[in-house]
Amino acid sequence: MDLKELIKPENLVYKKTELLNDDSMHYCPGCSHGVVHKILAELIAEMGIQEKTVGVAPVGCAVFAYKYIDIDWQEAAHGRAPAVATGLIRLMPDNFIFTYQGDGDLASIGAAEILHACNRGENILVIFINNGTYGMTGGQMAPTTLDGMVTSTTPNGRNIDLNGYPLKMTELIAQLPGTSYVTRQTVHTPGAVRKCKRSLKKAIEYVLDKKGTSFVEVVSTCNSGWKMTPVAANNWMEENMVPYYPLGDLKDSEKGEIVSEN
Amino acid sequence: MGELRLMKGNEVLAEAAIRCGCDGYFGYPITPQSEVMETLMQRQPWDETGMVVLQAESEVASINMVYGAAAAGKKAMTSSSSPGISLMTEGISYIAGAELPCLIINVQRGGPGLGTIQPSQADYFQAVKGGGHGDYKLLVLAPASVQEMNDFVDLAFELAFKYRNPAMILADGALGQMMEKVELSDYKPRWTKEEIHEKWGSWATTGKPASRKKNIITSLELDSDIMEANNRRFQAKYKQMEQEEVRYELIECDDADYIIVAFGTSSRICQKSVEIARAQGLKVGLLRPITLFPFPKKIVGELAAKTKGFLSVEMNAGQMVEDIKLAIYDAGHHVPVEYFGRMGGIIPTPGEVVDSLKNKFHKE
Amino acid sequence: MTEEMIIAGFGGQGVLSMGKILAYSGIMEDKEVTWFPSYGPEMRGGTANVTVIISDNRISSPILHEFDTAIILNQQSLNKFEKMVKPGGVLLYDPNGISKPPTRTDINIYKVEGTKTAVEMGNPRVFNMIVFGSYLKVRPILSLDNVEKGLQKSLPERYHRLIPLNLEAIKKGEEIVESIQTV
Ligand SMILES: Cc1ncc(C[n+]2csc(CCOP(=O)(O)OP(=O)(O)O)c2C)c(N)n1
Ligand code: SF4
Ligand SMILES: [Mg+2]
Repeated sequence: MDLKELIKPENLVYKKTELLNDDSMHYCPGCSHGVVHKILAELIAEMGIQEKTVGVAPVGCAVFAYKYIDIDWQEAAHGRAPAVATGLIRLMPDNFIFTYQGDGDLASIGAAEILHACNRGENILVIFINNGTYGMTGGQMAPTTLDGMVTSTTPNGRNIDLNGYPLKMTELIAQLPGTSYVTRQTVHTPGAVRKCKRSLKKAIEYVLDKKGTSFVEVVSTCNSGWKMTPVAANNWMEENMVPYYPLGDLKDSEKGEIVSEN
Repeated sequence: MGELRLMKGNEVLAEAAIRCGCDGYFGYPITPQSEVMETLMQRQPWDETGMVVLQAESEVASINMVYGAAAAGKKAMTSSSSPGISLMTEGISYIAGAELPCLIINVQRGGPGLGTIQPSQADYFQAVKGGGHGDYKLLVLAPASVQEMNDFVDLAFELAFKYRNPAMILADGALGQMMEKVELSDYKPRWTKEEIHEKWGSWATTGKPASRKKNIITSLELDSDIMEANNRRFQAKYKQMEQEEVRYELIECDDADYIIVAFGTSSRICQKSVEIARAQGLKVGLLRPITLFPFPKKIVGELAAKTKGFLSVEMNAGQMVEDIKLAIYDAGHHVPVEYFGRMGGIIPTPGEVVDSLKNKFHKE
Repeated sequence: MTEEMIIAGFGGQGVLSMGKILAYSGIMEDKEVTWFPSYGPEMRGGTANVTVIISDNRISSPILHEFDTAIILNQQSLNKFEKMVKPGGVLLYDPNGISKPPTRTDINIYKVEGTKTAVEMGNPRVFNMIVFGSYLKVRPILSLDNVEKGLQKSLPERYHRLIPLNLEAIKKGEEIVESIQTV
């Protein structure tokens, strides 16, 4: 068959999300950030909420998220995205506001802002990319870095005695009455991506229904920072990160209870 | 002669801290200075000298850890780059108000806001005018080579303890990232509690023995008469720094018709500009302030008496140029002062500086 | 003597480490040296370059806009730096991946088949040392003795067993460099 005959709308099985523009992403090949951007952009398009959405970008590798998804964005100082989002949602209560933050941004320098935004139950979505390191600055230790994990500031592996314990931020967040839906997902296999997208959709719906803060952690890879190939990073994540950061819903207010699996 | 090595400015800062007997480093990663903490973590000085190194959760935490460690009478330090230093300014103001010695290093990048990670000198005002709230000053040293990155760590601690005042090393991304030949200092032992007491007095909060009154470290004083007296004491200290601590370097200024004033990385560029200008028959000299506070006012005044003009070359929109003008005004002279600079992380070229000098002063 | 040079290519080609070995060898020769790299996210798989200055005198500006020598290892770097070579200066390049070779007529141009030769030597990692050898042949500013000492200083102890291999690559580079144009 001629190629021309094949390229027809009715034969289309996959196309780039409209809301992802043509700027080439700066993310390293294999990085989870790009996948999360894609499903987020798809959802905003599918749910028809582009016009009411404002994203708040973090300081971290996703600092340039605003370049890639065709919605209004605001760039926050390191860790302050939840406060910035609070300002936005309080003045535009019918808009859809989300923050997109890394583990350094959310769990380290911005620990106060995220706790208080969630505790106030700000009607926002928080996407939390937990890759266990500071990708942007060259792979230093993050609060979520696992025990024994080598980073550029823990050259012999994280030492609990010196650096404390890997912080389970999502478990903390789930305790706060202001949050409505709290979940932990991954995007390292096609199945996981589909599951994560369903969770993200639910999280957005809860925010649109004004149920309080939705919080979606995505346990992620940083193959550059971890100094691994993308495939090795996926395997390492599954074997090491997921056991410590177990997947699934931690809280669903629709069900009126905390359904923590651990 | 000490050990000769080829090292990055940031690595040297870490090495110099260990060798000068620093007791504690607290920091948070940020480009272009992350190698300071990374080098310390590699070196593990806690096994060697007992120096404590801790990655804090933020710059707000780092500077307050320094505040605590300094109150214990210890040699405490932090390093960061521009956005992180902004976060620290609250803590720095408290440290200055509580009269504690410490070292803060700013490896500057371009701003405002998140700006760029490339080298800049846009935090000049923030550094030399205090930075945070209230009337206070930092001792500010501006290294221009990797060797000076080494030498100024020890010097900054000496001055900080002499005046019980925070000292700052104001470097930039170029000095942090470049490698040069450096002669590392010899190891000095960390001070013991007794040595600190003997050398600097007994203000540290180390636990009250029966033999002395309790020590309180605070910046708070609700009685305005006492607070004003405190302020007068601080100001007297800054005056004394202006009298005793000014440091600068003069290059080919003796017969110069025009003086370029530049510090840090831009002074390196301008050294080359002086060579180029002189090869073209223009008598140009370079004044390189080494202390930015105290600013070398007196020499600016003296040079103003015998030169036709000053060109302040800065990697910012023109900040130090104001201090040059003030110094000339104070000395009672009227000499034109011009500025040339680049912003946003761009480093001026030696040729650009010469062109600007010619355009501004020497129109044929 | 002052040698102001730029080495430019892709991250991973050993650009920065070649510069470091050069600078260390300069120290062994009792010279003043500076090494100034490009830094930041552009280093992630993108281009990398380093300015190295070796001089008998105190070095003024560590950042330059014209060079005595440019060592060029990819097309982007050639496009950017060819015009910055001083008239009468040296441009040394590896033709692998270069589709538009240098065109200047007022500079000395040399070519080294570094990538190819490294593969032939069975060790792509010595690529930068082959290029380094070609450079030393063209600009004999450092003695081989001091280069060996420079290698010892700049390589971590655990890689010292690789020094003979590196020296062999340097010698190879000295042999295979071709002169394209002299002025
Ligand atoms: C006040 C301040 N401190 C430090 C930095 C430097 N910085 C930029 S990104 C980052 C950490 C990013 O890590 P994370 O949030 O985990 O994001 P990732 O890059 O891993 O996605 C840091 C420390 C900064 N920009 N501002
Ligand atoms: S450094 Fe890590 S987090 Fe950043 S883009 Fe690369 S893989 Fe992703
Ligand atoms: Mg991270």
